[in-house]
Amino acid sequence: MAETSALKKNVKFIITRQDAPDSKPYTEEFEIPYRPNMNVISSLMEIQRNPVTSEGKGIAPVCWDSNCLEEVCGACSMVINGKPRQACAALIENLEQPIRLQPMSTFPVVRDLVIDRSRMFKALKRVKAWIPIDGTYDLGPGPRMPEKKRQWAYELSKCMTCGVCLEACPNVNEKTDFIGPAAISQVRLFNAHPTGDMNADERLEMLMEDGGIDGCGNSQNCVRSCPKGIPLTTSIAEMNKDTTKHMFKRWLGV
Amino acid sequence: MKGYYARKIHSLLGVIPLSFFILEHLVTNFGAFEGGLAKFNEGVAFLNNLPLVFFMELLLIWLPLLYHGVFGLYIAYQSKPNTGSYNYERNWRFLFQRISGVITFMFIIWHVFETRVQVALGNVTHEELGGIIHAVVMNPLTFTLYLVGIISTAFHFSNGIWSFLVSWGITVGPRAQRVSSIMCMGLFAVVSVLFVLSLIAFRNVEFATALNVIDSLKTVLS
Ligand code: SF4
Ligand code: FES
Repeated sequence: MAETSALKKNVKFIITRQDAPDSKPYTEEFEIPYRPNMNVISSLMEIQRNPVTSEGKGIAPVCWDSNCLEEVCGACSMVINGKPRQACAALIENLEQPIRLQPMSTFPVVRDLVIDRSRMFKALKRVKAWIPIDGTYDLGPGPRMPEKKRQWAYELSKCMTCGVCLEACPNVNEKTDFIGPAAISQVRLFNAHPTGDMNADERLEMLMEDGGIDGCGNSQNCVRSCPKGIPLTTSIAEMNKDTTKHMFKRWLGV
Repeated sequence: MKGYYARKIHSLLGVIPLSFFILEHLVTNFGAFEGGLAKFNEGVAFLNNLPLVFFMELLLIWLPLLYHGVFGLYIAYQSKPNTGSYNYERNWRFLFQRISGVITFMFIIWHVFETRVQVALGNVTHEELGGIIHAVVMNPLTFTLYLVGIISTAFHFSNGIWSFLVSWGITVGPRAQRVSSIMCMGLFAVVSVLFVLSLIAFRNVEFATALNVIDSLKTVLS
């Protein structure tokens, strides 16, 4: 009896580890004391404080990435019990044990659970996910945005480049150069902006380059995985419409 | 730039002309169910009497099929199915679209080899085609393979129309995509049933007589 209650008070982890970017991954098991309201990040902190596996072997502490600790920066994304999500928002009491932690392997692994999301930031640069407002003189205030549009555009602006949608996509892998759902949705966001719209065609053309929007195969896993509830598949379909229109416009020379 | 157009053409050809051809083929075959051999042969004769039939076949069937099939194999190869972790209906359909694409392509090559190629080689006449299919459906193994082939074709066709509508930005919002999903799966059911009924119709002995071999056997026996 004493043993079972002691077990209940412990949290079990199976963590996929990797010492260097090109070394082989392996797993290690950990057991740490349960505390109320703990989440995956606070558990990892606990392991860092006392880096010993369940077998009692002293090891180098597990590495992870985190920053905001409130699900807005996207840095702590990892695969928790088979699904990619933010570790800081993953409460232990809602997770089935043993809790399996893995890096999001769509991205290059730096070490343990730390991954390199540079491809996402490159993608944002590629599609010019910004609004150029600089001029050699004061350009004055831009046109106003209708409130109705602002409301849905605001939803798109919640993207934190966390990479969960790329991890969930069966078409983002080493065999393709598909840019992934996040950047496509950002094109919709910046093209919806009255000032951003002035460069709309450039962004659409970037989506029509190799590795662009044509890589989408409509599995629609992205929209079901996005922690921010961004309507990614609506954005993709909308951009399908706009790139198609752009294609015909270019052909017909209007 | 190239990839975008390559994929767009792949998507377009799937509907125009390939989907239209499937529907045309369904109507001709269904003649076998409705009016037996006479109706089926009438349909075959009508198609083969169309002007410039060779060029129509080449431009509206062979070349689009080759492009759609080969490029489709490449698309299937590029995906990394993950229905294990993401057990969602659309994700399963994504996977089935690729699997059914490969099965359909192989099935069509086999089917065309048995029918159209044999006609071209002069081994079989148009009137004997019904008999060939009769032989196929009487053999339990080839009958099963045909069943799998036509159901996979019906799925690839119907689900492909759903994807086409998304890829061309026709169904954009979740509601439009849900409605088109229901309609396309309804289409899948109808097309499968009609194709299977036609296939079963070929089991009718009437088609056996279309085979000259059996014909001559009969004359010997009588
Ligand atoms: S769209 Fe959603 S899942 Fe994708 S990177 Fe942005 S927040 Fe993450
Ligand atoms: S640490 Fe910022 S989202 Fe988890």
